[in-house]
Amino acid sequence: MDTAIEVQGLRRSYAGRGSESGYEAVRGLDFSVRQGEVFALLGTNGAGKTSTVELLEGLAPPTSGQIRILGLDPFHDRAVVRPWIGIMLQEGGLPSELTALETARMWAGCTTDARPPEEALALVGLEGRADVRAKQLSGGERRRLDFALALTGRPRVLFLDEPTTGLDPQARRTTWELVRSLRDEGTTIVLTTHYLEEAEALADRLAIMTEGRITVSGTPEEVMAARPSRIRFLLPPGLAPAQLPLSLPAAVHDRQVEIRTQDLQTTLTELLLWARAQGVVLEALDARSASLEEVFLEIAGEQNELKRHAAAVQGGEAA
Amino acid sequence: MSMTRSEQPERTAHQSHRTTAVVSAASVRRMRALARAELTLLVRSRTALWVALLMPLMMVLATYSATEEMDLSEAGLSQGEAVLTGGVGMVLLVVIYLNLVPALVTRREERVLKRLRTGEIADSEILMGTALPTVTVALVQCLVLVVAGTALLDVSAPGSPVVLLAGIALGVAVLVLLAVLTAGLTKTVDSAQITTTPMLLVCAVGSGLFIPLEIFPDAMTEICRTLPLTAPVELIRHGWIGGLDGTELASAGALSLAWVVAGVFAVRRWFRWDPRQ
Repeated sequence: MDTAIEVQGLRRSYAGRGSESGYEAVRGLDFSVRQGEVFALLGTNGAGKTSTVELLEGLAPPTSGQIRILGLDPFHDRAVVRPWIGIMLQEGGLPSELTALETARMWAGCTTDARPPEEALALVGLEGRADVRAKQLSGGERRRLDFALALTGRPRVLFLDEPTTGLDPQARRTTWELVRSLRDEGTTIVLTTHYLEEAEALADRLAIMTEGRITVSGTPEEVMAARPSRIRFLLPPGLAPAQLPLSLPAAVHDRQVEIRTQDLQTTLTELLLWARAQGVVLEALDARSASLEEVFLEIAGEQNELKRHAAAVQGGEAA
Repeated sequence: MSMTRSEQPERTAHQSHRTTAVVSAASVRRMRALARAELTLLVRSRTALWVALLMPLMMVLATYSATEEMDLSEAGLSQGEAVLTGGVGMVLLVVIYLNLVPALVTRREERVLKRLRTGEIADSEILMGTALPTVTVALVQCLVLVVAGTALLDVSAPGSPVVLLAGIALGVAVLVLLAVLTAGLTKTVDSAQITTTPMLLVCAVGSGLFIPLEIFPDAMTEICRTLPLTAPVELIRHGWIGGLDGTELASAGALSLAWVVAGVFAVRRWFRWDPRQ
């Protein structure tokens, strides 16, 4: 009922040039985003994030599959959909000789039911830089101006493609606050980002893309819970690896011991009780749940493994 | 189909308002907003101002002194008539074509065009809004030529203003389209100086602006008659001082329109909105 974005069987291919074969950047996506939700799309460079977001924004038609934004096709019903959505592209698009205010004014003039340009600038904290030309703004300020343009039409669905790239930590926090308050007002937000802590902090749900497909999705908690936690310590001197408790699946390299577990509390308790019974000190003890970053790197790593395997078989499947 | 509509009736009313009733008014508002920004950019660029204001003036003056030696009797024109009617075409050519190409290339390379396309403004509105300031500057200069010529140079006032205006309008349309197409072929702002030269020379020499087409060999004359700017220039000249019969008038109008239609098709097909670098 409250679905803002519905995606089914989405594919996007780029035509090859001359003898080069085409390239399929998006290879069958299915997902939906509820109204008022922050949905983060993660992936390594070339995973197909931007290709996907461009389709959601209606900048290009999908090769196949279906997209509904607020119940409408973002490409074919572009004129109806656009007034309801706000878009921030990955890279600028600001005339370098116009001031922030002039740019915001131009954008407001092109937008239905627009916020006054001064208000849009104030939202992103640029009111003090209104009369500075874009070329003299810092990279982070240009990003925020771009954000202000995306907010001009009071969008119900907002697309942010790497919104905090180039921002200093302070400005990044301010942007996060803004994203949260927009979400609280009911704005649906699709976010792509390179910063995994950003996705962890903002996303209600997220999807990790690899090679045009979604490999993992869910709430950040679900995604992280699906991966094992990790305990590390140094093997106490004079102890052989075989003397570690057998119930713990430990990997030992030199003296470094690593235990992976789905149940951190039980495993850790067992380890600590064993250490006390043995009277040994576990140097450099470190226990942690999987972070989003670890999940991400692990998936990227698996993908590289697969790629190496696939490289040998590639020839026949290319078409 | 749309959940939004059933959920939020008050915005539904708004939505239809957004799409149907006021399409043209909204379209004008968007183009005006873009044109205002573009005018600011024009005024801030010394090069653009030079090309828009001083260059056409100098070219008209230069041709005036150059045509003093020329025998224009074959074309049946006085020197003042030749320079002024050609001058209108020249102003349109220089001001619109030479300004719009680098402006569009700059906007494209700065990703401004790409950014604009994410908004509500339509593609055609982006191109027209961008062209509006230079077109206005060109039209004001044409007006100056008509008024100054009539008042100072002993040239009669335009005989058929409607034909004159139609010629100017078609000339503007053809040149805007040519500029958009040239911008599509131009990689950087610097190379715009090179990419604009061929069409500039062809139009300046072969469109009958100052050099009567009859002085070329016959085959050349025929080719020149079909050039994009030739027919609009003929209409402008006829609108001011006459010289065409009804058939010639109709064929000049039809040829101009054909170029406009071909231009629109070519722009839709080949214009590049995304940066080339």
